[in-house]
Amino acid sequence: MILPERIKPALLPLAALLIFEIWMRLADVQSDSLAPPSAIALALAGALTDGSLLAATRDTLAAAFAGLALGGAIGLVLGIALGLSHVFDRLMEVTIEAIRPIPSVALLPIALIALGFGYRMEIAIVSFACVWPVLIMTRAAVGGIEPRLIEVARVLRLSQLDRVRKIVIPAALPRIFLAFRLAAGIALIVAVTVEIAINPLGLGAGIMTAQQALRPDLMLAYLVWIGVTGFALNAALMAAQKTLFGRAAAIGDQA
Amino acid sequence: MAEPALALVQSSPSPARAQIAFDNVALMLGGKAIINTISLDVAAGEILCVVGASGCGKTTALRLAAGLYQPTGGSVRFEGEAMRAPRREIAVVFQDYGKALLPWRTAAGNISLALETIGMPSAQREARITELLAKVGLAGHAAKYPTEMSGGMQQRLQIARCLAQDPKVLLMDEPFGALDAMTRQGLQDEMLALVASTGATVVFVTHDLEEAIYLGDRVIGLLPHPGRVGLELKIDLPRPRDQLATREHPEFLRLRRALFDFIKASE
Ligand SMILES: Nc1ncnc2c1ncn2[C@@H]1O[C@H](COP(=O)(O)OP(=O)(O)O)[C@@H](O)[C@H]1O
Ligand SMILES: [Mg+2]
Repeated sequence: MILPERIKPALLPLAALLIFEIWMRLADVQSDSLAPPSAIALALAGALTDGSLLAATRDTLAAAFAGLALGGAIGLVLGIALGLSHVFDRLMEVTIEAIRPIPSVALLPIALIALGFGYRMEIAIVSFACVWPVLIMTRAAVGGIEPRLIEVARVLRLSQLDRVRKIVIPAALPRIFLAFRLAAGIALIVAVTVEIAINPLGLGAGIMTAQQALRPDLMLAYLVWIGVTGFALNAALMAAQKTLFGRAAAIGDQA
Repeated sequence: MAEPALALVQSSPSPARAQIAFDNVALMLGGKAIINTISLDVAAGEILCVVGASGCGKTTALRLAAGLYQPTGGSVRFEGEAMRAPRREIAVVFQDYGKALLPWRTAAGNISLALETIGMPSAQREARITELLAKVGLAGHAAKYPTEMSGGMQQRLQIARCLAQDPKVLLMDEPFGALDAMTRQGLQDEMLALVASTGATVVFVTHDLEEAIYLGDRVIGLLPHPGRVGLELKIDLPRPRDQLATREHPEFLRLRRALFDFIKASE
């Protein structure tokens, strides 16, 4: 049988869903954690139409993006500074390597005491998680800039600010963008984790509410939706990366 | 390694006339003496060519003249003032044009970088960019990215960016070394014409001995380990130079022989 190439990868998951559906119905499974795909789809449609799912998505994404912006900005500034100054890099090395391995979720108790429930606490923890990938990758990107370009900046007598603005950031931008794309994925994961663990808002809280209401169909619908959101987020950022840096990325690969 | 049987020639410094003056310059890098010592004057408007075996310190000497390195002994001066850092009056043309151009900026954008830095208002930039591109034979290529240009065009663009600084001195490090022979000869003549029209001083590093004689008012040969001046030749060939006539001139052949012998002995 000849199938279009695009459909082939979807065949196996579809078959698995079908088998799962048939099995759930034939065996008449009653479970607090499982639901047949059709029920999940119905719950998903319901949650989408009554607006609750979209509101939760908005809340989670707002916290994730705010955290990404804050943490990413800190990581970017520190990464550029560390990439440009060997002295600063050596000074900060131990500090960074000591703080970086702390799992962001381990900060929950402290963040809760300091900031209480709500966006601020979640944003703070997402920020912490986003600082590191952006910092590490920006530092590497800046440190790896063609030294000749730095010399060009020197002989043209660019000011320190112009050097960063006109040479360092554009040269490192493709890799900085990649860092932000990876950090965006982390931001979503951490935001949902915080919500599941403790914070009563967003998609993570939606999962917990459904679970406590003994609605496995709705719980799994949230799960599917989180997957869809993450996938869409990454796909959108990848498309942006391709359009923005098609040329520059190709140049970066050659170097 | 045999020491060349040539008298070491060190031009005696005459600070009044010199635009660039190396006064007993020495440079250590990583605990190694790379230059020890060079004394040298370059007069305003002069074309000085520097030759020498690979690794003898030509690039290093040029970087000292550019203010990219500080000497560990002696002094480098520009118009009587010690070189503490790169100066606007001194432009550097790097050999690896592919790395010295900003790949994310067009030809116009690359020239604009120099104009922005000297603080030219944006309203005046476009006309100046057009003028500079025409000057180096790149009229109509303003919107091209460096990667869309041939090696010769990229090097022209780098030269245009240097001219945008309105420099008094052009320091050129084997600028045509990576180009094919035809392109190289074309660029040699274009560069001579450009320099003649601007009156800029040129320090031109090359490993091509004939190129050095063809372009220069004076050629110095460096000796390696550590880098120092081993030979100085005054080039009394008529200008404007001509790719055929100049290269067949008896004086050209004599100078070429002298330079070949020097390089052979220094290796
Ligand atoms: N940053 C550096 N640290 C240590 N040694 C260097 C450095 N740069 C150049 N050298 C050495 O100095 C010598 C001269 O180098 P260079 O000026 O590049 O030679 P040339 O341009 O004549 O080929 C070489 O032996 C090179 O290995
Ligand atoms: Mg060299």
